[in-house]
This record gives sequence, structure tokens and C-alpha cells, in this order.
Amino acid sequence: MKVILHGTRGAYPTSTPDNQKYGGDTPCIELIHNDDRLIIDAGTGIIGIDWNQYDPTKRLDILLTHLHMDHIQGLGFCKPLFDPNREVHIWGPGGSIYSLQTRLNRFLSPPLFPVVLRDIPSQPEIHELSNTKIELGPFTVHSSFIIHPGPTLGYRVTCDGKSLTYIPDHEPMIGRTKLYDDDSWVSGFDLAYETDLLIHDSQYENEEYIRKIGWGHSSMQISAEFAARTKAGRLVFFHHDPAHNDQHRSSTFEAFMSKNSFDFPIELAVQGQEIEI
Amino acid sequence: MAGRSIEIILSRQLADCLNVPVFIVDPEGNLLFYNAAAEGLLGRRFEDTGEMPMEMWSTAFHPTDENGKSIPPNELPLVNATKNQVPSHKSFWLRSLDGKSHNVTVMAIPIVGRSQEFVGAMAIFWANTTKA
Ligand SMILES: [Zn+2]
Ligand SMILES: [Zn+2]
Repeated sequence: MKVILHGTRGAYPTSTPDNQKYGGDTPCIELIHNDDRLIIDAGTGIIGIDWNQYDPTKRLDILLTHLHMDHIQGLGFCKPLFDPNREVHIWGPGGSIYSLQTRLNRFLSPPLFPVVLRDIPSQPEIHELSNTKIELGPFTVHSSFIIHPGPTLGYRVTCDGKSLTYIPDHEPMIGRTKLYDDDSWVSGFDLAYETDLLIHDSQYENEEYIRKIGWGHSSMQISAEFAARTKAGRLVFFHHDPAHNDQHRSSTFEAFMSKNSFDFPIELAVQGQEIEI
Repeated sequence: MAGRSIEIILSRQLADCLNVPVFIVDPEGNLLFYNAAAEGLLGRRFEDTGEMPMEMWSTAFHPTDENGKSIPPNELPLVNATKNQVPSHKSFWLRSLDGKSHNVTVMAIPIVGRSQEFVGAMAIFWANTTKA
């Protein structure tokens, strides 16, 4: 299975010259296994997907972790949605008194967007997920609610004996800088347990987190602790803060790594990066 | 491993921040957690007792009414909230493991999560008076 990181930035897209190294597009990753593909999140990164690589006769599945703008902003600009002959399925969190369709409609309707969801030519089918397991072609997908404001899912995708866990927005311990000792009390633990690749929120430095408690995000420290506790094979720090430029992000990461040691590799997500699992 | 639902994890995170005693049970009534304020009321640390089945915690603290008559487990708010999935409220006496008697008012609520699933119950205690 190959994973392509099309968008790695949290909160809002950024295009400043000093934010090019890690990329400015908001979350979207693509999973590829032979001719089968799966997309998770529809931030502005989704616009960079090479649709020519897709067989237009095959169904397209897009999984959404949650409906914060940075994770759906590219949905209205996702070309296959405007192909009336395309079969498109959008999966996302249930768990609200409003249906997923209703909540998506708030964004995909005037005045925020010119076309209402029901008029989008591909007529995408909307499916709600909770703590669920589904099969999409060769991909087995587990979803679980995790701690982040509003209904938010994390995903674990298994294919050909390898697994990817994607939790781009996560604040596993609100107001504390350490996880509970007992694994069963750690949000998202089962999704990440012994996963081969963990892509995880790591928006803040520890000191920054203290000022942003309850905003729904992780520090590098808690993200690495989460990976260590879940015995993840490799950790990718994701959801870069657009307020910090590349140089700041690099130096923060270097400082963090120089003070800590882990028995698994950690790296900063780079837009366009391809990772073979 | 079966992790706790996030509604239960968040309930514990809330309880950790409160200075009033809080108990959290799973759908079967097993006591999953009580906070530091509840440790003061019960006279025993959570680290020392760990999880407890309903039969144990519902009798261990000798709940009694105003007249000193034992209250059967089914009449305790947290048992009622768990077994019948309804909110429940009562004032009564309990005896902590260090021998002190406390008059408490308890409000218990079922916890129903986003998946419409009953995932447990939470009781908040208000300590009114204490007798040595
Ligand atoms: Zn986000
Ligand atoms: Zn978010």
C-alpha cells in the first residue's frame, strides 16, 4: 500500500514562500494499492490529486474525519464530483442530531458555495460512520470517534497485511501533557495499536499547547507518547500550524528530537510525500 | 484490547478537573473510576481499590437513610441510573472505609453517546455533613 500526502497543513491553507517546504494545502491523503484508491479528508490537498490515474468507471470513495473547514474545503473543487457518470461515495462521522448530509449542505450550498449538494452532477451517496468496520475494495477500514471538538473520527486502514492509522486532529488528554497510564483510557488507542504507519496531529510545541488547551490538537510530545504507547512502527507529525513557517517548524522538530529518543522513526509530513508501507 | 468509549474517557477527564466527588460506571455497573474528591469521601484511593463490581461498591459503603436503615442497592441513584437508564437523585448517609459517616446528595445520569449507545453512568456527590 502506498500513501501520498496531498495536504499536511492544519486550520487554513497557506501559500507564503516560507511555507513551501512542508506544503500549504490542508489535509488530504490518498491510499493506493494496485488499481484501487481511497481518499481520506477533502482539504485543499484533494485538488492536487492526479485524477488521470483514476479509472472513471470505478467508484470513488472519500472518507472524512470531520467537518472542520480545513478537512472539507477542497470537496467542492474535487473534479470527479462533477462527472454525472461517476459513482462517488462520501463517508463521514454520524453522531450529531443533524445528518451528515445536512451538515455537509451547510457548506455545499449558497452563499458559501454556488451548488447545493443534491445538484452536484455525480449525486454522491453520503454514508455515516461511527465506531464501525467497513470493506472498500481491498481496504478494510475501522473508524472510531476520537477526542476533538464536534463528531470526529480517526481511521485505521488495513490492506495486504499492512496498516495505516490516520488521526489528523486529536487532543487525547485535554489540559494535561501526559496520557493516562492505562491504555484502555487513551482516546484512539485501538486504532493505532501496532499500526505500521501513524499519521497524527502534532500541531504544537508543549509550551504552545498550554495556551491552547481544548482547541482539539496535540503537541509533538503527546503525539510521540501516543505513538510509543500504541507501539506504532513509524510516526508522521501532521497538521502543521500555518502560523509557523518552515524554519520554525524544522527548528522546533530538531529541538524536540534532540531532547527525546524513541525506538521508532519520526518525521514531519511533507506535502507530496509518498510513503510505501 | 477494548478501549473505553470517548464519552467515558471524557467523563473521566471532566471528573479529574472537578473538586466534587464523581463516580463513573460501565453499562454493567462496574465502577471504572472515581476522582480524587471521591477518594476523600470514601477514604480509599482509586489506585488502591481499582475497578469494583456493582455488588461490591453498592454495599461497601453501608448506605443508610435518615433513620439508619440500610438502603438496598436498587434504590441507590447510580444503580438506578445504570440498570434503568434514567436520571436518579437521592440524599442518604454512607460510611467511608476510614469509619466516618457522610450525609450526601447524589445525582446520577446515564451516559448515552453519539452512537446512541448506552455506555455507562456517572454520579456526582455533594457532601452535606460529616460525622466522625
Ligand atoms: Zn484540522
Ligand atoms: Zn478539526
